[in-house]
Amino acid sequence: MAQRFSFLTLAREALRGHAGWHPHWRSPERPQPAYDVVILGGGGHGLATAYYLAKEHKPGRIAVLEKGWIGGGNTGRNTTIIRSNYLFPESAALYDHAVQLWEGLSAELNYNVMFSPRGVLMLAHSEHDVQSFKRHVHANRLAGVDNEWLTPAECKEFCPPLDIGAHIRYPVLGGALQRRGGIARHDAVAWGYARAASALGVDIIENCEVTGIARDPRSGAVTGVETSKGHVGCGKLGVVAAGSTSLVMVMAGLRMPLESFPLQALVSEPVKPVFPCVAMSNTIHAYISQSDKGELVIGAGTDQYTSYSQAGNVQILEHTLEAICEIFPIFRRMRMLRAWGGIVDVTPDRSPIIGRTPVPGLYVNCGWGTGGFKATPGSGHVFAATIARGEPHPIAAPFSLDRFVTGRVIDEAAAAAVMH
Amino acid sequence: MRLPSGGRIDRGKPLRFTFDGRAYSGVAGDTLASALLANGVHLLGRSFKYHRPRGLLSAGAEEPNALVELDCGPGRREPNTRATMVPLVEGLTARSQNRFPSLRLDLAAAASLFGPLLPAGFYYKTFLGPGREAWHRRWEPLIRRMAGLGRAPEAPDPDRYAHRYAHCETLVIGAGRAGIAAALAAAEAGDRVILCDEQPELGGRRLLSAGEVPGLAALRANPRVTLLPRTTAFHYGLQNFVSLAEILDRPDGLRERLWQVRAVRVVLATGALERPLPFRDNDRPGVMLADAARAYAARWAVLPGRQAVLLAAHDSGYEAAFALQEAGARIAAILDLRAAPPLADTARARGIEVRAAHGIAATRGGVRVSGVLAAPLRPDGSPDAARATPISCDLVLMAGGWTPNLALFSQARGKLRWDAAADAFLPGEVAEALTCTGACATGRGPGHPVAAIAAGALTARHAFVDPQNDVTTRDIALAVQEGFRAIEHVKRYTTTGMATDQGKVGGMLGLATAAAASGRTVPETGHTTFRPPYTPVSFGTLAGRHRGPLFDPIRTPPSHEWAEARGAVFEPVGQWQRARAYPQAGEALREAVARECLAVRQQAGLLDASTLGKIEITGPDAAELLERCYVNAVHSLRPGRCRYALLLREDGFLFDDGVLARLAEDRFHLTTTTGGAAHVLHLLEDYAQTEFPELRAWLTSTTEHWGVAALQGPAAREMLAPLVRGCDLAALPHMAVTEAEVAGIPARLFRVSFTGEPGYEINVPSDRLPALWEALIDAGATPYGTDAMHVLRAEKGYVIVGQETDGTVTPLDLGLGWAIGKGKRDFIGKRSLARAEMQRPDRRQLVGLAPLDGRLPEEGAQLLATSGARVAEGHVTSAYASAALGKPIALGLLAGGRARHGETVQATRLDCPRQPLLVVPPVFWDPEGKRLHG
Repeated sequence: MAQRFSFLTLAREALRGHAGWHPHWRSPERPQPAYDVVILGGGGHGLATAYYLAKEHKPGRIAVLEKGWIGGGNTGRNTTIIRSNYLFPESAALYDHAVQLWEGLSAELNYNVMFSPRGVLMLAHSEHDVQSFKRHVHANRLAGVDNEWLTPAECKEFCPPLDIGAHIRYPVLGGALQRRGGIARHDAVAWGYARAASALGVDIIENCEVTGIARDPRSGAVTGVETSKGHVGCGKLGVVAAGSTSLVMVMAGLRMPLESFPLQALVSEPVKPVFPCVAMSNTIHAYISQSDKGELVIGAGTDQYTSYSQAGNVQILEHTLEAICEIFPIFRRMRMLRAWGGIVDVTPDRSPIIGRTPVPGLYVNCGWGTGGFKATPGSGHVFAATIARGEPHPIAAPFSLDRFVTGRVIDEAAAAAVMH
Repeated sequence: MRLPSGGRIDRGKPLRFTFDGRAYSGVAGDTLASALLANGVHLLGRSFKYHRPRGLLSAGAEEPNALVELDCGPGRREPNTRATMVPLVEGLTARSQNRFPSLRLDLAAAASLFGPLLPAGFYYKTFLGPGREAWHRRWEPLIRRMAGLGRAPEAPDPDRYAHRYAHCETLVIGAGRAGIAAALAAAEAGDRVILCDEQPELGGRRLLSAGEVPGLAALRANPRVTLLPRTTAFHYGLQNFVSLAEILDRPDGLRERLWQVRAVRVVLATGALERPLPFRDNDRPGVMLADAARAYAARWAVLPGRQAVLLAAHDSGYEAAFALQEAGARIAAILDLRAAPPLADTARARGIEVRAAHGIAATRGGVRVSGVLAAPLRPDGSPDAARATPISCDLVLMAGGWTPNLALFSQARGKLRWDAAADAFLPGEVAEALTCTGACATGRGPGHPVAAIAAGALTARHAFVDPQNDVTTRDIALAVQEGFRAIEHVKRYTTTGMATDQGKVGGMLGLATAAAASGRTVPETGHTTFRPPYTPVSFGTLAGRHRGPLFDPIRTPPSHEWAEARGAVFEPVGQWQRARAYPQAGEALREAVARECLAVRQQAGLLDASTLGKIEITGPDAAELLERCYVNAVHSLRPGRCRYALLLREDGFLFDDGVLARLAEDRFHLTTTTGGAAHVLHLLEDYAQTEFPELRAWLTSTTEHWGVAALQGPAAREMLAPLVRGCDLAALPHMAVTEAEVAGIPARLFRVSFTGEPGYEINVPSDRLPALWEALIDAGATPYGTDAMHVLRAEKGYVIVGQETDGTVTPLDLGLGWAIGKGKRDFIGKRSLARAEMQRPDRRQLVGLAPLDGRLPEEGAQLLATSGARVAEGHVTSAYASAALGKPIALGLLAGGRARHGETVQATRLDCPRQPLLVVPPVFWDPEGKRLHG
């Protein structure tokens, strides 16, 4: 059992020089020879999956295998935007399930993940945007997901640094606001889930790269994985490897409908509070919020070409900062402090894949594209249920791999105000 | 204290400036930092977390403490600027940051009292209650107010920024001795050379000596060499694509310039950075890097203190101490962590006391250091406070050894390798054409091992590793104790290396501390990733001139000036500005649209349709290429005839629509939607080049070549006929094309309609369109804009891709199955259309919707079977007030809609619960199509 985190324990430890703190999670140097469930990928989604498996389904021994250090992929590289005002009911159900878990997550994990529902404002710059966003508002309200339409003046009131003047290239014509949306501390999500999962007996093995997937020659079922730390047997294998998913699934003979792109983000130098919410503009590619530390956190677009290189293109950063300076002109003298890239895995319909695969015992959770962080708790929760029961959780069911065969796709990109 | 002589400053040019409202003076050649030191100002800032008093640590770009706010007037306020990098100018206004009410008396420094409660990561363990929203409502606002450094600007920046692209054979980054030598060698070999350096004066550490920097004159004289002072290489992209930020601060408002350089070879001569040393209260103003103190004396003739103590782990500290001694400072003592300092005798010969195997147990003082406790080292390397003796001083020099500056090397995906002899990470393998030279390649020789230094300070209190973020050795040890063993975890948990200096100061020490705390070696622990930019870069520099109209090109159709002159209302459609309507005096937009619609229905209207994408496809296999891409039967299309053409994505959903006209056997004129023009061309090129390279067909965008006047209405032929030569209009059927002369202008004349009225789209060279336009207006046509166009096409049930469709809609959903060529072997998306889901009878299908309450439906409204239903069965895609019909109409997509005509559905509204709509066929106007062919 992990130590309880609270102000009282913090104060008690302060008195004795913090000598009593233990590792937040156990990190065994070597895996056991076999587990009932192995989760491949120690990002937020993988760790959340392990946590909910251990907590709600108790399938036996569970391990999370991570190639590097936990939370080092997209969990630690995204701009932490959380919202659930997606168009299609299937998506809204999935992301709102996550938002509801976010709202209680710090208490659930006894770890302050700093979920901050500051409101996510999506800006409309054309009649097409307005039509699309209003359609979202109608659909969300029907589905019980909060989303409201704001006039430009109301946008400005909610987000004072915004320029709503007519002189900018694409003037703001309004916005869709989800007040329950916000941001969280990304690293803490990985660590919090790791700590809680570890306390429930999950082995978290870092620096353990999977090099092969072992299968029963007759049934084809997964029997284990080959790793840089030796063979690890398993009854069920859940792959949650984001940008590396297609590389891993090939080891089981599966070609995934995924493309991997570098996606970049950047932060400014820290300043005193100046930006009270999250603002997004799909039309001109600007995504911005301010972290608790004071840095402006800015998301950029993906590179045009597929790649596994986390070094992104400087032109993408230029384009993003052009957009930021255009609608928030007071930030022109701010400085970029740090920029980085991650590899996002994108499906043909821009919605994730959660569920079974044609290989018995092999489950996959991938394809979150540029927006997976927001779903972390919900994704882990429904994926854990799917693995444990061997059949899709009702919320996960529409996101099956076979939807690309049947054609029952969930095309949120088409529905978002991205011009086709 | 300013020295009477020496330095690279111009004492003859005094400059006035203010800091926190007090007036000071410096001289030309000063930085803000050196000028403040010369005026005896040592307290320059407050730290991020504990608000501890801070002074200058360095003299260069790595400065973590002396961050100030510059204020150059409205819109020109700039936070977090390193005082060491600001050349002093007349009237400079600087302020300290992150303090209340003043720098000297900062109430927030009370945070230090709670220091024991605020170790690394404390915020993950508390603020969990009371209640669910405690963090967001109660604690986060407090934390946010305490966090942050400077204040963001309040007004838009009036200054300008420029971009420049350059190619060269050799780009040299860093203009110290090694960089200058590399630039000279490359220039002599005939290369075009760019040499950049972040400092205002080129020379690197050579500037510590007086006189002209050797080699610079030769470089200046060489026309192939571009010298860029005050220019920081901050981003290293693939294939030697390096971004440089040049600070200009020109009086004409050109502030900074972004250089993007593609170089055949890059030479990194980025030198090495001196490391601080960890000991208790090593952050007090007056505690400084030894080489920085030396630089202040040598370059700016400022003595940062009169009585100095050197704590040395490296011989370079002795050089600094000797230089300061020569400049007039007293060196009270040299404490050396090493048992046998090589230069001890030299120092003693200079009358300086040297204590080997000694460290500093603590510093003393308030907002400036007043002394140290010198202590012999225990076997574990920690200072033995019990045996400490005080030494008075007002300056403590830290000579912790040197870290090769390999940030850019690492950005270039170069591998760092640990070199035990050099006690440093040195450049290893790299894929780029890149070499390192000078101190960044070799270091500056080993001193006391950094691992031993870190091990000796693990238990020290207030021994700062990352001074700006207030990270101490104990914080790092705590992180390791709590299981954060990966160096990236240590960084993220403690925030070490994440301050504005990005770990330039404390990175190596932090990693050695993590190694020591976890019982590993430095190379076992590894290093964090060096991320761009090398030093912070203004957003404005990256954005350049792309603001306002230059943010994205504005495209206007040829009639734009005419429309503007007549008071048209415009709307952006992609990059285009299109006339939305042409209101007459005193007419509201709504009234104008109604009038324009009626004019088209009753007479004839004129629309500028030039924004439609146009592609010319030529070649013997042009028809075959289109046959394989579009859903339509293309081979059967006869020259002179047009077809409404649909293009799908591979998943079977509608991608674009347009008119495909066959001009000749081997020549087609294809139109696309306004927004889809580039995407369609791209898609067709993609297929032509990668899937069907054997086809002899070539694609040319002609969007900008043709101006298009759409003349629509029952009187269109009558108006047009007198202007036309070379064609019998009466013989031109619907969906036909011909060459003709219109108003004396050679034209491609299409008979097509997007209104349901008989109509013509007259394509003429773009520059001739205004003349054609005037002729048609003179002939009696009423100009109409995009709003009327939308209403007219909806009355007729014509869809707009992107409005009726959203990437989830097939041709069959829209009732356009007739367009799909029967018996075609293949086209893009054909296989997908055969999928089970695409065949379901309850797919959402295009319907007309007639409001039963007479109100205009809301676009985007969800359609429900009953007013109490929670599951949508479709949505309203378009809704307009129809002047021709005298009532509102709407189009929508409804599950199984084609079989539900006559049913009543409920639409959601934002202003009231529900609105009843009658499901009707989607064609409201002239359903038999009599007018069209009339």
